[in-house]
Amino acid sequence: MRRDFVAKTLAETGRAIEHTLFAQHFAKVKGFLQLLDPRVKIVTFFALLIVATCIRHLEILVGFYALTLFLAVVSRIPLGFFLKRVWVFIPIFTGIIALPAIFNVVTPGQNLFVLYHLSGPCRIGPFSLPEVIAITNQGIYGAAMLVIRVATSVSLAMLLVLTTDWVKLLKAMSVLRIPEVIIVILAMTYRYIFLFLKVVEDMFLARRSRLITQSGLREQHHWIAARIGVLVGKSYNLSNDVHLAMLSRGWSGSPRLMEEFRISWRDWVWICVVPLTISLWLWLR
Amino acid sequence: MSDAPIFKLRAVTYRYLNQTIGLSDISMEIWPGQAVVVLGANGSGKSTLLKILDGLYFPQEGEVQAYGIRLNEDTLRDPGIARNFRQKVGLVFQDPDAQLFLPTVKDELAFAPLQIGLSKAEVKNRVLRASDLLNITNLTDRAPYHLSHGEKKKVALAGVLTLDPEVWLLDEPMASLDPRTKSCVMDFLVQLAKNGKTLVIATHDLKFAYLLGQECYVLGEDHRLLRQGAPQALLEDQQLLLEANLM
Repeated sequence: MRRDFVAKTLAETGRAIEHTLFAQHFAKVKGFLQLLDPRVKIVTFFALLIVATCIRHLEILVGFYALTLFLAVVSRIPLGFFLKRVWVFIPIFTGIIALPAIFNVVTPGQNLFVLYHLSGPCRIGPFSLPEVIAITNQGIYGAAMLVIRVATSVSLAMLLVLTTDWVKLLKAMSVLRIPEVIIVILAMTYRYIFLFLKVVEDMFLARRSRLITQSGLREQHHWIAARIGVLVGKSYNLSNDVHLAMLSRGWSGSPRLMEEFRISWRDWVWICVVPLTISLWLWLR
Repeated sequence: MSDAPIFKLRAVTYRYLNQTIGLSDISMEIWPGQAVVVLGANGSGKSTLLKILDGLYFPQEGEVQAYGIRLNEDTLRDPGIARNFRQKVGLVFQDPDAQLFLPTVKDELAFAPLQIGLSKAEVKNRVLRASDLLNITNLTDRAPYHLSHGEKKKVALAGVLTLDPEVWLLDEPMASLDPRTKSCVMDFLVQLAKNGKTLVIATHDLKFAYLLGQECYVLGEDHRLLRQGAPQALLEDQQLLLEANLM
C-alpha cells in the first residue's frame, strides 16, 4: 500500500530523531578524537579548515582529505557511514556549482572531450561561444579542486561534531570566549528541537491511532497546516514559560556556565601534530 | 511563627491578555514556616496564583506584598530587591521542560546560584548537595532531554534547592509521577517543611493536601476563593469539594 503524506512525515520525524541519537553515540566511543579536549579540537580544527581553504594543489588537497578519512578511522567512525554523511550533500550543493566550470565556455583550456561542434563562432548578447563545446583539462581540475575542498571542509566539520558531545562542544565554545548569549541560544535550540520533534511525533501518532481509512491528499494538507499552527502556539507558550522559569531563578540577562576541562598528554600530541601538518603544507607549496 | 506574613494579597484580580479572568478578588496571607495547599480544579487559577506570588505576573487590581514590600514591575526592576526576592522565593514549574533548558543537569543545578552571584566553589558545593539529596548524582552529566519525566521533576526540584530559598512555590509537584518518584518527592517536601521552609503547593490531589497541608485555600471554577481553613475540615466538606470540582 502507498504510504500517505502524513505517514511519510511521521516516518521522517522519527528518522530525524534516530539519526541524531545515532550520531551522538560516536561522541561516547573511545576513539582518538573523542579523547581530545574539546577546546583543543575546536581551535585545531578551525586551523585545519583554514588550511583546507588555502591549498592550491589538487594532490595536496587529496592528501589532506585522506587525512580526514584516517582521523575518522582512528576515531572509530565507520568509514561507510562517514563517507555517506559527507558525500550525500556534495553532489547536490557543490556539484551544481562545479558542473558548468568543467566546460570550455566557462573555463577555457586544453580540450579533453569534445561534446558538440557549432557551425561557427556564435554570440549570445554580450557572450561569445567557441566553435566547439568541450570539457577542458583545466575545467576538470578546477571542479575537482572545489569538490575535494568542500569534501575536506565538510569532513572536518563532521569529525568535530561527531566526535564531540554537543554539551561539551557548547561548553568549550564558552571557554573560548564565544559570547554566552549565542551559546545559550544554541543550547536552547538544540534542547527544544528534541522536545518539539517528540510533540510532532505524538501528534502524528495520535492521528494515526484514530484513523480507519486513508484520508485524501487535500485533507492531509489541511491537517498538516492546522498542526503547524498548533505547534507554533505550543512553542510560543513554552517559550513564555521558559522565560518565566529563567526569571524565577534570578536570570539577569547574561548566562553563566560551569567550566570544567583538563588538557591531557593526548591534547599536547595533537597540538604538536596540527602545526606540523600546516608546516608540511607550507613546505610543499 | 513570625509576627509578619511573608505574602499578603489583598483583593487580587488578574486578567490574561485576552481579558479572560485568571484570578478574581483573592485575599490571603502566607506566614513563615507554613505549608499552604492551594486546591482547585484544572483552570481554576492555581498556577497563575503561584506566578503572582513569584513576581512573574502582576495583577491589574488589588495588591501583593512580599516581605513587606509591594510586589510590582517597578520594585522588581531594582536589582537589589530582585536579587533578594529571587534568593528567598523559588518556584518549581508544573512542566519541568519549561524549567530545564541548559545543556546538562549540572548546568541546570548551577544556574540559579550562579545568577545570584555565588562563588563557583559554593555553587559546586550546592550542586553536589542537591544532587545527593535528590538522588540524581548519576544524572549530573546528562542532557535534560534524555531524562524521564520523573527524573526531570527531580532535577527541577534540585534546580531550586541549589538556590536554598525560604519559600517554595510548587505547581502540581506530584502530577504524572510514578509511585516511587511520588514517594521520593513527598519525603523531600516533608523534609523541607521540617526544616522550617514555607511551602505553597498548588494541587488538585486531595490526599496530598491532607498529608502535607497546614492551611488550605480552595479555588472555585469561577477563579474566586471558595474557602480557607484547616485541610481536615475542608476535605470533609463534600458540598465544597463538589462545588470546586474536586470530586
